[in-house]
Amino acid sequence: MPPREQLDDPGGRPVDRRRGSTLLRHLAVVLAAGLLLVAISYSVEPFRNFQLATVAAYLCATAGLTVLTGLNGQLSLGHGALMATGAYTVALCQTAFADRGMTGGWLLPLSLAAAIASTVAVGAVVGVAAARLRGPYLAGVTLAVAVVVPALAVTFDGVFNGEQGLSVPVEPPPLSLGPYFPYERWQLWVTGAATLLALLLLANLIRSRYGRIFRAVRDDEVAARLAGIHVARTQVLAFVVSAATAGLGGALLAVLAQSVSPGAFSLTLSLFLLMAVVIGGLGRLTGALWGAVLLVALPDLTHSVTEMLTLSPAVAQRLEGNLPLAIFGLTLIVVMIAAPGGVQGLLSRLGRALLARRPTRRS
Amino acid sequence: MDRFVFLTVDGLSRGAVYAAFALALVLIWRAARVVNFAQGAMAVAAAYVAYTVSTATGSYWLGFVVAIVAGLLLGALVDRVVMRHVDHASPLNPVIVALGLVLLIQAVLGMVYGSEFRPAEAPFSRSALTVGGVAVLSPYDLFVFATIGVVVSGLAWMFARTPVGLRMRAAAFAPEVSRLLGVNVGGMLTLGWALASGVGALAAMLVLPTELGLHPHAMDLVFVSAFTAAVVGGLDSPPGAVVGGLVVGLLLSYVSGYAGSDLTPLAVLVLLLAVLLVRPGGLFAPVAARRV
Repeated sequence: MPPREQLDDPGGRPVDRRRGSTLLRHLAVVLAAGLLLVAISYSVEPFRNFQLATVAAYLCATAGLTVLTGLNGQLSLGHGALMATGAYTVALCQTAFADRGMTGGWLLPLSLAAAIASTVAVGAVVGVAAARLRGPYLAGVTLAVAVVVPALAVTFDGVFNGEQGLSVPVEPPPLSLGPYFPYERWQLWVTGAATLLALLLLANLIRSRYGRIFRAVRDDEVAARLAGIHVARTQVLAFVVSAATAGLGGALLAVLAQSVSPGAFSLTLSLFLLMAVVIGGLGRLTGALWGAVLLVALPDLTHSVTEMLTLSPAVAQRLEGNLPLAIFGLTLIVVMIAAPGGVQGLLSRLGRALLARRPTRRS
Repeated sequence: MDRFVFLTVDGLSRGAVYAAFALALVLIWRAARVVNFAQGAMAVAAAYVAYTVSTATGSYWLGFVVAIVAGLLLGALVDRVVMRHVDHASPLNPVIVALGLVLLIQAVLGMVYGSEFRPAEAPFSRSALTVGGVAVLSPYDLFVFATIGVVVSGLAWMFARTPVGLRMRAAAFAPEVSRLLGVNVGGMLTLGWALASGVGALAAMLVLPTELGLHPHAMDLVFVSAFTAAVVGGLDSPPGAVVGGLVVGLLLSYVSGYAGSDLTPLAVLVLLLAVLLVRPGGLFAPVAARRV
């Protein structure tokens, strides 16, 4: 029988008392990241602020997908659709508030909460179905969700306004920040705060009893069941958590873009998210960060490359839309074949190799 | 009544195409235990090659043959260059790689051909012949039925009656034993991929004239429908795929005819969920023992 502390340890590793409580450690990291973000938001130009805010919004979704796919072993191709659910909810809420002439700083958090709630409801429905399915069946169902949900916006165009989509009225930054406060900085603050909060919750979840159960179910369902874990309930829970963060990510994207349309949440977005998670490194929240950065940086990079080349406008337009996709696809294939751990896996391996070398040098 | 007959024939015609596409999925699933999520994109790529050849030479039939050859080659290429090197330990890996292929193929097509719809011509008239005042079926429907019929019975004959078919079944059923008995298992796998991709390309050639036209994403919804068809039949059963394809085709035709074409994607999703929740292994699958 292992000592009591080891049994109680949330992460499955022997407790290191010197490192203190997991919550405090994560809080410290989040606070540091928040301060860093504020510092960055003052030192870079508005467009970079907006890009960083977009990274934060994507990070919400990729982190949730990491928990689902990396930790719980369920593949979802439908997270783009879940993001759409969150985005449309925020659009409907904000429009309703604006129509009634309501103002106040608490409205946006309320809309975001509503977005999370509606996505949780959708996620629970898909999750209940997903818990019964394995491997390719699950992939197929979530693929169908990804294809069908954006099409619903066109079917029920009375509510969702078809292909044009809805606009999302967002209030300007509060006057207490001064009259000339850049709007992009305010966007970064809002999305950054929401994302950091979501990440804090996810990080704690991963290190908790639930995170351990998620991993147990991923690694061996039969063993997990024998150990008294309710496998289906765990899978639904993982799906719901993941859906909630995807909904928040979609809602934040809608707030950033101040509009939603079905075109923004196509099947390609779902594939992008999956690709980001895989390339970043499955099962690690830092991997989700790399993936989110890649999602924003790569189109930007290909844009500047196509601008450098002197091409006819038609060719340039074709390249610009498709080159990032081609690079994403190719990278995904190469990473899956050559480095299944993704960027973060490579970095960890590099770090371990460096650490392993030091003691030998000393001796 | 006229409308019902028309919708039924139209549904069966679409269903025949779904059946072929689902059959291609089942072929690869049986051979390699991979659901080829890239099949739609691969089929569209073959159709674009056919479009190029047809517009250059003015001959539909040359393009038709080229599409099937391109499909065969693309399937073999995907197996040899990509799928063979994927670690199949986790069932997620091949799925993710196939999705990477989807992104790559659709992006390359978009770069080469642009993302506007290209017209896909039909070799026969699509206006229905009337029998006793009731519009029944068009020459194009007849062409679809005949082609799919030939392909399906050809595949059935090959797997049941020929030495190659026997080797392919053996390689899929017991790779180690077959290898010991002198079967070229890797070659059979490549052949399976090539055949499936060729059938997929054929299905794309048949279905595209009935849709909006040629577009890098033209087969997305067809793929989802065909996957549903394959699942309805149980991924392991070729006759199930054919029946499933016809069922899905009929359902979609009735839904779009009586309730509006906007609702067809939703109908596919509902059918897929309903079948999977009732019988997670598909309607035609034998009751599987739980894997331990």
